[in-house]
Amino acid sequence: MHRFANPARFLRLAKVILPWSAAIALLSLAAGLYFALLGSPADYQQGESVRIMYVHVPAAWMGMFCYVAMAVFSAMALIWKHPLADLLAKATAPVGAAFTFLCLLTGSLWGKPMWGTWWAWDARLTSMLILLFLYLGYMALVNAFDDPERGHKAAAILALVGAVNIPVIKWSVDWWNTLHQPASVVKMGGPAIDASMLVPLLLMALGFKAYWVCILILRGRAEIAAQKIRVIRMAQIHAAAQAE
Amino acid sequence: MTRKQRRLYFVLLGMLALGGAVALVLTAISDSLVYFYSPTDIITQRIPEGRRMRVGGLVEEGSVAKDGKTVIFKVTDLSNTIPVAYAGILPDLFREGQGVVVEGRMEKGGQFQASEVLAKHDEKYMPKEVADALKKSGQWNDGKKN
Amino acid sequence: MESIQTMLHMGGYGGYIWPAYGISVVVLLLVLLASLAAARKNEAELDVLQQARRGRRNGNSSESQE
Repeated sequence: MHRFANPARFLRLAKVILPWSAAIALLSLAAGLYFALLGSPADYQQGESVRIMYVHVPAAWMGMFCYVAMAVFSAMALIWKHPLADLLAKATAPVGAAFTFLCLLTGSLWGKPMWGTWWAWDARLTSMLILLFLYLGYMALVNAFDDPERGHKAAAILALVGAVNIPVIKWSVDWWNTLHQPASVVKMGGPAIDASMLVPLLLMALGFKAYWVCILILRGRAEIAAQKIRVIRMAQIHAAAQAE
Repeated sequence: MTRKQRRLYFVLLGMLALGGAVALVLTAISDSLVYFYSPTDIITQRIPEGRRMRVGGLVEEGSVAKDGKTVIFKVTDLSNTIPVAYAGILPDLFREGQGVVVEGRMEKGGQFQASEVLAKHDEKYMPKEVADALKKSGQWNDGKKN
Repeated sequence: MESIQTMLHMGGYGGYIWPAYGISVVVLLLVLLASLAAARKNEAELDVLQQARRGRRNGNSSESQE
């Protein structure tokens, strides 16, 4: 029974957190969308097209954040054999992949009118594409084995190996000449972005983070239930074999 | 307990070794990871004529001229300049004093024939009124270095 | 009416801005719905299994009492 001790605590905690995270996600995304599309000014250089930033940048942050979360969960699973860690790493992957995909897509839709191209093989864009492939590889690997334990282990190692890509993404714009501009918000000397544009950006970022919490809880619940189903099924097969 | 510690050190060492290896590789191939060269790179490194490459810098103020369908302008990194000719559609953000990346070939006589022009923008975002006010009060720092 | 048109036009960038927002909403909704469905399906299946097991256990114990 102690196998389920931690998942049980997670389920209790999840029940309390879910309504709050859902409410925060809804409210901040609603307010964020209002400010992003209506309540914020056009940029002095980029005009209205700057509005794509309010999805693009938070999506990029989430793509990287989810990967870090996945790598931390994977390390916890490998080192301490925490029974929940594998499940939470697996639950985070699709959210991270979705945000990374949206980051690339909105970036493309922004790059066409501003830079004059949908895509450039510069260090930032390429390392972000690698991030998407790491997510896809993780999701393929975690389900590739008959024994879920082995799938979790292999995928956890991939998640840790791929984690070296995260600092490369973050600092690619500083290490090499890129078409992509350097960081605006998280940089030394404070953000280079006007407060009227920082508000929708941060609201959207908060909304995305709360959305991730909701999905983590839902997918975590699904994974815990799936694991319990497996245990019961195994016990049934075992009992049937003994009865014969 | 010791088993857990052993696994912890194993993972930490593995990450360290992997990070070091990746850092070494990235440093070694750093030259091919840059998306463009600066005019100074082009002039000091004597890159052969006719090779396809990208040059990045700022569009020099007052250098943009139209010659029929061809646009002629100069790309500068504030120490060296390269004259560029381009026939095609310019991106919306292309303007004097702004960052630009041109792709094409160096021709005889030091003229760069661009087949593609991409605009590069900086990390500053603000409404027009704020930009105007900053310029007016003299607090504008354009940080023109690329 | 005119304000809706300027909204859609977005200074000429409507063709880029609206797809960016539209596809983002669709993708995030799909992930949410898939996660909800997975949680509901697995938890319902687990309930059925657990009830069957409890039922069988009760049945067994009453049989053994006879």
